[in-house]
Amino acid sequence: MPESVTTTGATPPGDPAPSGGSDETKATGATIELENLTKRYPGAADAAVDSVNMEIKAGELVIFVGPSGCGKSTTLKMINRLIEPTGGRIRIGGEDVTDMDSVKLRRKIGYAIQSSGLFPHMTVAQNIALVPRMVGWSKSKIKGRVEEMLDLVGLDPGEFRGRYPRQLSGGQQQRVGVARALAADPPVLLMDEPFGAVDPITRDHLQDELIRLQHELHKTIVFVTHDFDEAIKLGDRIAVLREHSHIAQFDTPEAILTNPADDFVSGFVGAGAALKRLNLTRVRDVEIRDYPTVTVDDPLQDIFDKLRSGKVNEILLLDKRGRPYKWLRRGDMMRARGSLARAGTLVHDTVTRDATLRDALEAVLTDNAGRVAVTGRRGAYEGVVDMQTLMNSVHELLEADRLDAMEHQHELEEQRHAQTLQAQEGGGTGEVPR
Amino acid sequence: MNFWEYLGSRHQQLLTDAYQHASAVFQCMVVATVIGVLIGVATYRSDWAGSVATTATSTILTIPSLAMIGLLIPIVGLGVAPTVVALTLYGLLPIVRNSIVGLRGVDSTLVDAARGIGMSRTAQLLRVELPLAWPPILTGIRVATQMLMGIAAIAAFASGPGLGNEIFRGIASLGSKNALNQVLAGTLGIVVLALLFDAAYVLIGRLTIPRGIRA
Repeated sequence: MPESVTTTGATPPGDPAPSGGSDETKATGATIELENLTKRYPGAADAAVDSVNMEIKAGELVIFVGPSGCGKSTTLKMINRLIEPTGGRIRIGGEDVTDMDSVKLRRKIGYAIQSSGLFPHMTVAQNIALVPRMVGWSKSKIKGRVEEMLDLVGLDPGEFRGRYPRQLSGGQQQRVGVARALAADPPVLLMDEPFGAVDPITRDHLQDELIRLQHELHKTIVFVTHDFDEAIKLGDRIAVLREHSHIAQFDTPEAILTNPADDFVSGFVGAGAALKRLNLTRVRDVEIRDYPTVTVDDPLQDIFDKLRSGKVNEILLLDKRGRPYKWLRRGDMMRARGSLARAGTLVHDTVTRDATLRDALEAVLTDNAGRVAVTGRRGAYEGVVDMQTLMNSVHELLEADRLDAMEHQHELEEQRHAQTLQAQEGGGTGEVPR
Repeated sequence: MNFWEYLGSRHQQLLTDAYQHASAVFQCMVVATVIGVLIGVATYRSDWAGSVATTATSTILTIPSLAMIGLLIPIVGLGVAPTVVALTLYGLLPIVRNSIVGLRGVDSTLVDAARGIGMSRTAQLLRVELPLAWPPILTGIRVATQMLMGIAAIAAFASGPGLGNEIFRGIASLGSKNALNQVLAGTLGIVVLALLFDAAYVLIGRLTIPRGIRA
């Protein structure tokens, strides 16, 4: 394993936590390096976690994904030393934390678990205030921080501060769990299947929230899940792990989808990689077609003329604020005897530029004419996406991914080649190759 | 002299006895609670130590109270000392057992979470495990108190304090005019005290069990 130098702006965990709110521009994440990290339980023949080497950049969201029992949770828990490693080193922000006081270490690492782990005998505010209190923040600072954290995770402080965990829904509990993990502003956040116990709709919301949070905070997040779709949706990079926490592939979601390293990974990716790829691309990334439009304020004659001009047999009618309102076909106006109120079919579905291609495809498939209007700010019309555009873009995407993957592989091979050469030369001078 | 006349004429003595009875039980309960919870905290993590503690305390409970006090007299003498020692020993079992059960019953994910956010071992115990185990521990204390109320009456056998004196005096003078009144007054006094203590525990439960885990 070559040692590489981390250059990204890292906050060593020893730094005092920035005071709440005012330092939002700071890159708050820290690098995590795992070197030959091993966990061997006494009496067991094989190591539960066998020599994991991994480098996680500051501000990166990395997902550990793998079948149950593969050691992904154990690996995660070794980062904050809830499970003490039996071998290897852990470095956070460049500082070796393998031997530091584990209690102090954990106060600098946020920790969120499945089913929230909130203490039922404490109020929401008390739960969130725990870590700041332990590291000795002043009362007034903690009070402000609790409000800020509740705001951050989308809960109204006035309403939720004084509640007990059992008075919250599963999703709300999970939000508070994340707020508690982030309260003392740790550079690193560990999440152990945090959304495993909530219903699919809530999980979807929580995932969106996490993406938004990460956009604001730029923490280094390590997230464990067994749900590959969740991994694709959230991860900057995904580590697919097999037994004994061996890394089968550690790469971007795109690369894993289009170029799985081996059968194990492709088996884990499952069928429909191309469909999953749609989740990774936004409507803003594909070509949006212009479409002839008229507004309800246009004189009727203009609308007739446009329809009769023959170039198109359908136009989009926008309302007074420029939002898509109705699809008008050539015959519609005649049938409705020139009344705009009665003519045409209402636009029932639109997508924003931030929607995923999967959402767009869904809308296109349900639309009877196979197209969907794209809207921008305040729902204003921006263009149209149809089946043809989607197909073309997906083909282009997959092609580009394949090229990237090939290039990547090529680079890796070259690197490996260089290493072998070096090792051979090094071996000649009596050095032990790494 | 009927019972009410008897109460009227002896209320001074009865109140003193009742006060001493209550005070003996209360003080022994405080000591038994402290020792019992400490034993619970020390043993709940190990299967082996936990069962040793429970077995030892339940063995104590099987010794008849009269015999226990009788056995204690040669060691600690007459009066208050054997009473306190016997009551404290009898009070231990329910408290030790409920402490162990309560502490073991705390959701392990919560202990994991407490460690994970950086609580020290002591903080985990004081801020998470004991508060969550408090309702069963309090139940143990309540059961122990009820039991001690009755056992404390036997203390009079070793010239200890309390309403037991009233009962023993009545039994010793069976056939005399006031014998029945004395036994009745002592017994009813103990029942009333037990009910008052129980009411106090309900109040303590209201005040000390956090709203988030109150049933």
